[in-house]
Amino acid sequence: MSTKPMRIRASVKDGVTEVKALIAHEMETGQRKDANGAVIPAWFITELTATHNGKPVLVSEFGTAVSKNPYLAFRFKGGAAGDKIAISWKDNKGESRTDEAAIA
Amino acid sequence: MVIRQKYLVAALAVGLAGAPLLAAASDDLLEGINAYREALADGNPSELVAAEGEELWKTPRGPKNASLEKCDLGLGPGVVKGASAQLPRFFKDTGKVQDLETRLMTCMETLQGLDPKAVVNAGWLKGEKEKMAALVAYVVTESNGQKIKVDMRHPEMKKMYDLGKLAFYHRAGPMDFSCATCHGDQGKRIRMQELPDLRTQEGAAAGWGSWPAYRVSNGQFWTMQHRLNDCYRQQRTAEPIYGSDVTIALSVYLAATANGGKVMTPGIKR
Amino acid sequence: MKKISTLAVLLLALPGAWADQGDTYAEFKAMMDRSFKTTGIAPKHRMYQLDFQKECSQEKQPPKAVMDRIEAEQMKTIRYPADGKYFGDWKEGEKIAVSGRGLTWTDKTPYNNGGGCYNCHQMSHHEVSYGTIGPSLLEYGKVRGNSDDIVKYTWGKIYNAKAYNACSNMPRNGDAEILTEQQIKHLMAFLFDPNSPVNKK
Repeated sequence: MSTKPMRIRASVKDGVTEVKALIAHEMETGQRKDANGAVIPAWFITELTATHNGKPVLVSEFGTAVSKNPYLAFRFKGGAAGDKIAISWKDNKGESRTDEAAIA
Repeated sequence: MVIRQKYLVAALAVGLAGAPLLAAASDDLLEGINAYREALADGNPSELVAAEGEELWKTPRGPKNASLEKCDLGLGPGVVKGASAQLPRFFKDTGKVQDLETRLMTCMETLQGLDPKAVVNAGWLKGEKEKMAALVAYVVTESNGQKIKVDMRHPEMKKMYDLGKLAFYHRAGPMDFSCATCHGDQGKRIRMQELPDLRTQEGAAAGWGSWPAYRVSNGQFWTMQHRLNDCYRQQRTAEPIYGSDVTIALSVYLAATANGGKVMTPGIKR
Repeated sequence: MKKISTLAVLLLALPGAWADQGDTYAEFKAMMDRSFKTTGIAPKHRMYQLDFQKECSQEKQPPKAVMDRIEAEQMKTIRYPADGKYFGDWKEGEKIAVSGRGLTWTDKTPYNNGGGCYNCHQMSHHEVSYGTIGPSLLEYGKVRGNSDDIVKYTWGKIYNAKAYNACSNMPRNGDAEILTEQQIKHLMAFLFDPNSPVNKK
């Protein structure tokens, strides 16, 4: 199963960097049934980490309460234009993915 | 953790406003829902679908192993920017009025050698229809912010407008509904859902201008054909065939009525 | 001379305009015929109109004489309860009012439909998610009482709204077999019972 790329945008203003990311993921809760009544297996992101030039700025645990294709926005102090922001996730099926963007 | 903090706040506001109140609460409730919509608009997942569509647009496919990069959506081969703001339109090469989806099927057939039936017969968001949705998301993103500008000069466009208007008022089925039953009056709602009055320029622009859209409630990107199909489903009529003339005629009627309004595609709906 | 020529032009123009309209409508019918298909429980023939549906498919309502005729015809379709009992259980009625399900091509059966009442009407004191296409029915029984006339009228209105307003937006719940007689009895109780949340805060 291939994963799909995230869309990441980051910009810095007055020494604070704002990161916005759209994450492509089904985020199946394991509670839903398909048209034939069979349970759709759970499939969701369990961990998500964001780094600034390799240094973690956000480490989080995800679960089934988060929607499909989650949108994530957060701010951290520091950062400069051109710095590298990387976001990685892992899901309960053992899939993982990392995407990167430069701070604008 | 900061996951969609804004959503949470907005959702909470809706919950609080909804609890013990009566008629006067409706406005608060609607305000809460509108705040929720605004919060959603910041991170429209259509972007993810559009990114897939852009890749698909450039990827060689089909028996002819060609991409869609030479597809003519009305502004010349390969021009995507602003194209969907001017659709539907009359195309000389096919001799037909086409909307975005039927035009894309023409390009898939002529450029790539793909059989349009594969799109028509696929289930919504499955197989070739899923690919179509991605292509649509890409194309309509390239018209965001433009003005709806449908060229009504061709007699075939005028004819489709007349037919679309007749379809709009056509009452049928076990519930005697037409499009106008819900979209033929000002300031009405179904449950808490506000209904645009599609007879007016303002209403048509709000409706036509904000579809195709991503629906947060089910995490799906819906094309205009999908939207119209579900309108008919809720009217309890028979099912319109994908890309059939009635869907094109209705699209012409809506787009022409909306002319001059703003394109807000891809929209985001709850 | 001028007058005569104008008249002549008018006379020539009129049949042309008529024929043109006829053409458009014939074309419309052909378009509808080739644009729809049967899916699941929703057959294609749902697109073919009943006479009154056609007469009510215009921008404006038909003339009063036509409305009167439709209403008289529709009035004849109303079947009042055979056992003379108009009221069921308001709690069942509330469930029917809340449910908007049924009769789409994704429904498995044409039975067990909801009334979809809240789509268009305000009804009870506690449900804030209601539509506004139809009038508010809040405190329906409390305001109107339960005389034989109002009870019979309400039954008829639910059974076939077109008997009272030819081009009403409201479906013919009884006549079109959307709801059963028993379901209509439950809805009647929901509207009239003093303990129903429609009437009791």
